[in-house]
Amino acid sequence: MSVKISKEKHEMPKQPADTRIKNFEEVALGYTPELAMAEAARCIQCPKKPCVAGCPVGIDIPEFIKLVAKGDFLGAAKKIKEKNSLPAMCGRVCPQESQCEAVCTLGKRGEPVAIGALERFCADYERIHGEPLAEMKTSDSSSGMVAVVGSGPAGLSCASELAKLGYRVVLFESLHATGGVLRYGIPEFRLPKSIVDKEVEYIKSQGVEIRLNVLVGTTVTVDELFEQGFDAVFLGTGAGLPYFLGIPGENLNGVYSANEFLTRANLMKAYLFPEYDTPIWVGKRVAVIGGGNVAMDSARTALRLGADEVTVVYRRSRTEMPARLEEIENAEEEGIKLMLLRNPVRILEDGEGWVKGMECIKMELGKPDDSGRRRPIPIPDSEFILDVDTVISAVGTNPNPLLIRTISGLALGRRGNVIADEQTGKTNIPGIFAGGDIVTGSATVIAAMGAGKLAAHGIDEYIRRKNGRGM
Amino acid sequence: MYRILEKEVLAPKIKLIKVDAPEICAGARPGQFVVFRIHEKGERIPLTIADSDPKSGLLTLVFQEVGKSTTELGMLNKGDTIQDMVGPLGTPRDIEKLDYVICVGGGVGVAPIYPEAKAYYRLGTRVVSLIGAQTKEMLIFKNRMEQVSDEIYFSTDDGSFGHKGFITEVLDDLLEKGPHPDEVIAIGPLLMMREASKVTAKYGVKTVVSLNTIMVDGTGMCGSCRVTVDSEVKFSCVEGPAFDGHKVDFDELIARQNRFLAEERLAMDRYLAGAGGCKCQ
Ligand SMILES: Cc1cc2nc3c(=O)[nH]c(=O)nc-3n(C[C@H](O)[C@H](O)[C@H](O)COP(=O)(O)OP(=O)(O)OC[C@H]3O[C@@H](n4cnc5c(N)ncnc54)[C@H](O)[C@@H]3O)c2cc1C
Ligand code: SF4
Ligand code: FES
Repeated sequence: MSVKISKEKHEMPKQPADTRIKNFEEVALGYTPELAMAEAARCIQCPKKPCVAGCPVGIDIPEFIKLVAKGDFLGAAKKIKEKNSLPAMCGRVCPQESQCEAVCTLGKRGEPVAIGALERFCADYERIHGEPLAEMKTSDSSSGMVAVVGSGPAGLSCASELAKLGYRVVLFESLHATGGVLRYGIPEFRLPKSIVDKEVEYIKSQGVEIRLNVLVGTTVTVDELFEQGFDAVFLGTGAGLPYFLGIPGENLNGVYSANEFLTRANLMKAYLFPEYDTPIWVGKRVAVIGGGNVAMDSARTALRLGADEVTVVYRRSRTEMPARLEEIENAEEEGIKLMLLRNPVRILEDGEGWVKGMECIKMELGKPDDSGRRRPIPIPDSEFILDVDTVISAVGTNPNPLLIRTISGLALGRRGNVIADEQTGKTNIPGIFAGGDIVTGSATVIAAMGAGKLAAHGIDEYIRRKNGRGM
Repeated sequence: MYRILEKEVLAPKIKLIKVDAPEICAGARPGQFVVFRIHEKGERIPLTIADSDPKSGLLTLVFQEVGKSTTELGMLNKGDTIQDMVGPLGTPRDIEKLDYVICVGGGVGVAPIYPEAKAYYRLGTRVVSLIGAQTKEMLIFKNRMEQVSDEIYFSTDDGSFGHKGFITEVLDDLLEKGPHPDEVIAIGPLLMMREASKVTAKYGVKTVVSLNTIMVDGTGMCGSCRVTVDSEVKFSCVEGPAFDGHKVDFDELIARQNRFLAEERLAMDRYLAGAGGCKCQ
């Protein structure tokens, strides 16, 4: 007997657009158990598992989906956690449409299985119904001691994996809170901070010691860490250095880097000003420059902070936008305008140091460039002025040089990124490993997590070998 | 948590605290700063390190109560704690022996100039200090500065102590008379640093200023602290806070300092309305 499989996936319930633009609560509400089971039943359990190959960390997707279909949600969560220790986050922020869901067999004739939504459901179910966290483990330094620098997804997963392998791990973070971009960049309405807290609690329960407010390279140097007895150091310091376009007017009042805007809103909770002390100013008409997740997050945050009109200005066309599809759709539903094939050339001043408008130029797409995307070319004499009073620049970030420039001899790439082996995280300096955005430049949460985990095994091998020889 | 172990009121609304922060003290060098956050709801605020003693682990900070956060910091007493503090941040000043330097400190800016004057003085550099304040009462670090200066001049806006007028006028006189120093270091309000840089430019004397821009992280992550120096955008928290005074676009910076003026006023009014009994002296 063959069951007819619906071509469409089951949509995740969401807060209605006109309600959610007035709050910072999570937009997507997640599947109910019934919806999850119904969606899981769409999976046809392909023997070749193309989706698994599409997953950067190789989760056994059909296996966990089979468990969901049977109603064994805790079993499914366990299955996912064999490969991915941060599923509640990945289910929410992975670009599934270009990973697992892109290659799902069902996608050929209809919509792919909603793998991301199912992953998220399992992780959330487990968070509420699963076993409480185990007793605090006291860390044990007999196998060795590792310093992990940076508490973004790369650092968190590296620390967690090393703790599992029996190492004493100290995680250093320069900010006053853990999570890296998960905390300061991605807004509450897309990734509730309670989920980040929960993951950090879990890592602490594994015996990892967390030291906040330590800027490695300055407060303590890497050499000093080795002197203190650490056997290895993992660099997971991310790509936090924002760059600007270099157009006139970028230092006017009312121009923010996306990092500043989002850090004020998320890390410092400026959306709760004046209850929280950090201020944020948003005008009536906001332009956000860029087409990635950072641009979408900034635009949607600006809207929630009270802007009347928010326009995303992107120099290529919609197909080239690097943001997650779901977030582009959400943004449009919320009333954010996409102004495609337009590029800013200068920001205009009101005479008192504030933004009064932004001059843009129209673009067309030429031949593909290095990135494989068609290169945008300005159309001569097509300038026009966008009437805005706030500009948020989300045009990219570079690896943070603060720490790495203090490590003499560390091999760096062209853009100041650390060069590290993909499989082991090894750098050219013995005992120093690296992974995540500091190596790849801005990439994804799952890639950073995967790199952190691989590096943990690289470190394990390094320390074993070092101790073996020493004995 | 960072505990306040000593507190001194230097002048009305200007306070000194010594905080137990051995890790920060260990590596702190002149010209560097810390970023602190008083409590969970606090903002991140930079303060230049006025002194650090690696032996006792005590970090000296001097601040003027200008907004909500500094006023709140001023309410804290010996034994109270500050939730977060990170540092030392910023590029330290490379201090080498020179023949002669002039240190110009205005208002609360005298405190951050002290470690620089001290470092030069100890190296055997001739240090002439020019200290300006609104009134005699507002003059701080007089004794400390005297100990690390070969010569010292004062000015007050109202003439209650030393020269009546701006300290940059004293600077102008000194430079006019000559001889010229190898370097002038000016730290204080933006208007004073702009004026000092204008004066020294006339005589072609190298000038270093220390900028107190609006910061969030203090580690190069947000660009809130950006300033134009020699037509290039610099992140003051990483590449500064010290810059060549002749190359800083002060007008832009002064405008940028007003970015959150309305919000700051609101926070302050709200705080004063709700602060209850005043614990300050
Ligand atoms: C706004 C925004 C939205 C995004 N949305 C998505 C999304 O939807 N999906 C997705 O997959 N990816 C997304 N990304 C990208 C993703 O977040 C990053 O690729 C990922 O976080 C990189 O992880 P990481 O651990 O390498 O670095 P980070 O997350 O950047 O963490 C680095 C940490 O190191 C700390 N640090 C830096 N230097 C030091 C030092 N010297 N000493 C101590 N600590 C230090 C930093 O403070 C930070 O906490 C987004 C990024 C941004 C900015
Ligand atoms: S490709 Fe799609 S349908 Fe096939 S096993 Fe994976 S999730 Fe199921
Ligand atoms: S304060 Fe954020 S970059 Fe300088």
